[in-house]
Amino acid sequence: MAFLTKEEAKKIIDKVLSYSKADEMEVSIFGGRTGNIRYARNTVNTSGETNEIRLSVSSVYGKKVGSSSTNELDDASLKKVVARAEEIAMLAPENPEYMPMLGPQTYPDAMTFSPATDKINPDFRAQLASDSIEITSTGDLTAAGYLEDFSGFVASGNSKGQFGYNTSTSVDFSVTVRTNDGKGSGYAIRDFNDVNLLSAKDVTSIAMQKAQASATAQAIEPGKYTVILEPTAAGDLLSLLTRGFDARSADEGRSFMSKKGGGTRLGEKLFDERVTITSDPTNSEIPLSPWDSDGLPRVKTTWVENGVVKNLAYSRYWAEKQGVAPLASVGGRGFGGGGYIFSGGDESIADMIKSTERGVLVTRFWYIRAVDPQTLLFTGLTRDGTFYIENGQIKFPVKNFRFNESPIIMLNNIESMGKPQRVGGSLIPPMKIRDFTFTSLSDAV
Amino acid sequence: MKRRDFIHLSGMGLGALATSGLVMMGNPVSAEQLLEPGMDRAAKKVLADIALNAARSKGATYTDVRIGRYLSQNLFTREKNVQNISNSETFGVGIRVIANGTWGFSATSDVSPDGIKTCAETAVAIAKANSKLQTEPVVLAPEKGHGEVTWNTPIVTNPMEVPVKEKIDLLLQANNAAMENGAAFVNSAMFMINEQKYFASTDGSYIDQDIHRIYPTFSVTAVNKASGGFRSRQALSTPMGMGYEYLDCKDKDRILNPAGFISYNNSYDIVEDAISAAKQAKEKITAKSVEPGKYDLVLDPDHLGLTIHESVGHPLELDRVLGYEANYAGTSFATLDKWKAGDFKYGSDIVNIFADKTQDYSLGKTGYDDEGVKCKEWDLIKDGVLVNYQAIRDQVGILGGNESNGCAFADSWSSVQFQRMANVSLRPGKEKLGPADMIKDVEKGIYILGRGSFSIDQQRYNFQFGGTVFYEIKDGEIAGMLEDVAYQSNTQEFWNSCSQICDKDDYRFMGTFNDGKGQPSQSSAVSHGSSTTRFDGVNVINTGRNI
Repeated sequence: MAFLTKEEAKKIIDKVLSYSKADEMEVSIFGGRTGNIRYARNTVNTSGETNEIRLSVSSVYGKKVGSSSTNELDDASLKKVVARAEEIAMLAPENPEYMPMLGPQTYPDAMTFSPATDKINPDFRAQLASDSIEITSTGDLTAAGYLEDFSGFVASGNSKGQFGYNTSTSVDFSVTVRTNDGKGSGYAIRDFNDVNLLSAKDVTSIAMQKAQASATAQAIEPGKYTVILEPTAAGDLLSLLTRGFDARSADEGRSFMSKKGGGTRLGEKLFDERVTITSDPTNSEIPLSPWDSDGLPRVKTTWVENGVVKNLAYSRYWAEKQGVAPLASVGGRGFGGGGYIFSGGDESIADMIKSTERGVLVTRFWYIRAVDPQTLLFTGLTRDGTFYIENGQIKFPVKNFRFNESPIIMLNNIESMGKPQRVGGSLIPPMKIRDFTFTSLSDAV
Repeated sequence: MKRRDFIHLSGMGLGALATSGLVMMGNPVSAEQLLEPGMDRAAKKVLADIALNAARSKGATYTDVRIGRYLSQNLFTREKNVQNISNSETFGVGIRVIANGTWGFSATSDVSPDGIKTCAETAVAIAKANSKLQTEPVVLAPEKGHGEVTWNTPIVTNPMEVPVKEKIDLLLQANNAAMENGAAFVNSAMFMINEQKYFASTDGSYIDQDIHRIYPTFSVTAVNKASGGFRSRQALSTPMGMGYEYLDCKDKDRILNPAGFISYNNSYDIVEDAISAAKQAKEKITAKSVEPGKYDLVLDPDHLGLTIHESVGHPLELDRVLGYEANYAGTSFATLDKWKAGDFKYGSDIVNIFADKTQDYSLGKTGYDDEGVKCKEWDLIKDGVLVNYQAIRDQVGILGGNESNGCAFADSWSSVQFQRMANVSLRPGKEKLGPADMIKDVEKGIYILGRGSFSIDQQRYNFQFGGTVFYEIKDGEIAGMLEDVAYQSNTQEFWNSCSQICDKDDYRFMGTFNDGKGQPSQSSAVSHGSSTTRFDGVNVINTGRNI
């Protein structure tokens, strides 16, 4: 019962809508299975699976909204959930920013579902953990890893005739391998919709190599360095930038996209001309769900073109207030969520190293926190594989650095870029950046 | 897309209501339903015994059962508007067993005799399946059964009983006060939690607990559109293990701090603080940018709590030390060899840090932890020396001990309990000293209040902390507001630079409502007590940039 077909879901939604007495009503059903396995010290320490289904109703009187939900889909429960939502709505304060529900929409076909991922079971997870542990435990190394898989559907319909249905799967796998003397640590992470693209052994091997190669780290002085950011590291910073592509906070004067004197920086060249950032729900490598959290269909959008800000996301409320067309945001509201495509270049990481006189290769960043929202300054540290480059070669592993840097400054200091890869649901290239600011050293391994 | 993000998109037209990216994980209910009594205690005992017997009959050598009803009410406002009111309830059972020397866990929302029996059997089956990869059997520190006992957070007023309108009116009053005093924007919120937890185990414990927490907060933003500048000032409230009485501010809890405005102890005036916040947010836009260098820092308890949390609380979690968190939060510099040596100087001689789940009003205070251990207090750092960790029943044997510290916690019936941070607090100084007198002796320093940006490495050596408001100290006097301040240090170096701690009269809590740990991530709440404390010669950087 946890997985309803489009027809089954529509039938239930239509039935629930027929019980409505409110001005407007929306019904949504979420169902799915989430599984995980976690291992550390070369042994499994947690694994579990949750199957769930939930039907939620939002009833609206004027601008007063009430919500209620249930796990039971029999007629009596459905009638009860509608009555409860209506009761809550009548007691709710008015929400002046409430927007009337959308009528019928045309959503793009999503490619978010993989049958192979849907078939994952506890045996598969245990085997994956075993594969990862087995190759590490032979090499005086210890693995700690985590797999989370999801397969589910959402269906949503309202009293104005809107209906959407989408199925989606995902796998997220990460592994940290440490040398048993505690001197070296390596990490690798992958995320896919289709589990057939995931090889735990390959991912673990990368973490193993980094653990072994980083075991003799030396201290070098912090300061400004040319850095080569592997896609995971670049993604850690670029995802911080895309959260700011929001028109409302820019118009309100509290975003790096706010313009001195008022208004937004839409149309300004903020980045190096090689920077182009787009989103495309039909991209096969990072498929997106068909609608955003406002219920708007996702469309192919250019956010930055040749360094110039081309678009900001407008919620329906803010678009109406500003007299412009709404534009769907990419991630879920408040989440990183991925979905961005950063145009890259054609240089490989090996080429980038070859052309570097003095620099640092970074595997990933950690504990990144905003320091100043005005300049988008962030701090954080390198982790799990940081290497010193001299005269075109990796010379030795270095101790981790703390950085204080803004992705805006970083995207004005591009030396070169490589082919984008999927990182956290976005396509991110490896990047070579000059004058990246490391402010102190860390002894952490 | 992960489950959480996916669910978020399931409500298509009402995204605007999903404030701050918060996803309500329970079922939405009416405010009245939050006051309905949960399942009768006797009925829970019957169901718990079904689970204990079912697991035992399948071969479990130990079982614990947690029947939990978790209620929350969250209110969100912005300027004059109510953005969201969410009430949620979640009810179910989590069953943890040891079979073949291995843990197994299963949870269900089907709290019926059949549902519970099946769930217990599943937990045993999972334990047996995982035992194939187990290298050492789980060994539990003994814990005597407590029989049938109850414990309640000692609240005066259940926040859920206060009408929603009254709470919303208070938030809107605070927003209005901020706007009248020059704020451009203000978001305010109130979070209220009630955990009704029933625990039973094969040790013979049947523990019924009713736990409350509350957190009112806001963020006030001032904007200067002409210069393109904006600054925010967060509330100086802190989450507490209290009822609604936290918002009834007593005069004894108002503290005029050396910067000349009011800080708070065990009760809070949100309207008064919103006025200070609006004035300070405006002042921050034009405040002097800090000259980088070495400064003596005078840290207010509402700021120092987070530094304690990150640089002492987390590194002294035994599961981190052992490597169980290696793939996520990381491990710890405070390795077992440092502890065994018995002379590892974590801090200066005056640094005494203890853990507990017993202090009144603290977020960590409960009668028993989530594996039935009576809560207590114990030392982590004594006279500057590392003396202990935070450990639970299956870990404490590694330290040669036979008594759990009582700090296991699960954030829901559906989550498995594991070692979580207790309250971790700095003992006050023994000699009479207040913050104003402390500042008098500082030549070149910065007085920091409130939490700000915080970042620390995965073994907890190197950290960088900001704050909410900063004041320059020059020759023993407060010399005005500073901006762009962050201090960077190394945990051991920092705590060894601790030179003065104010006395017990200045002892206050800072808390964190949502401390994340584990995969899948679980959230817990914990308080940190301290008095205003001085650290000498700390490296301060300037975080200002031009873009």
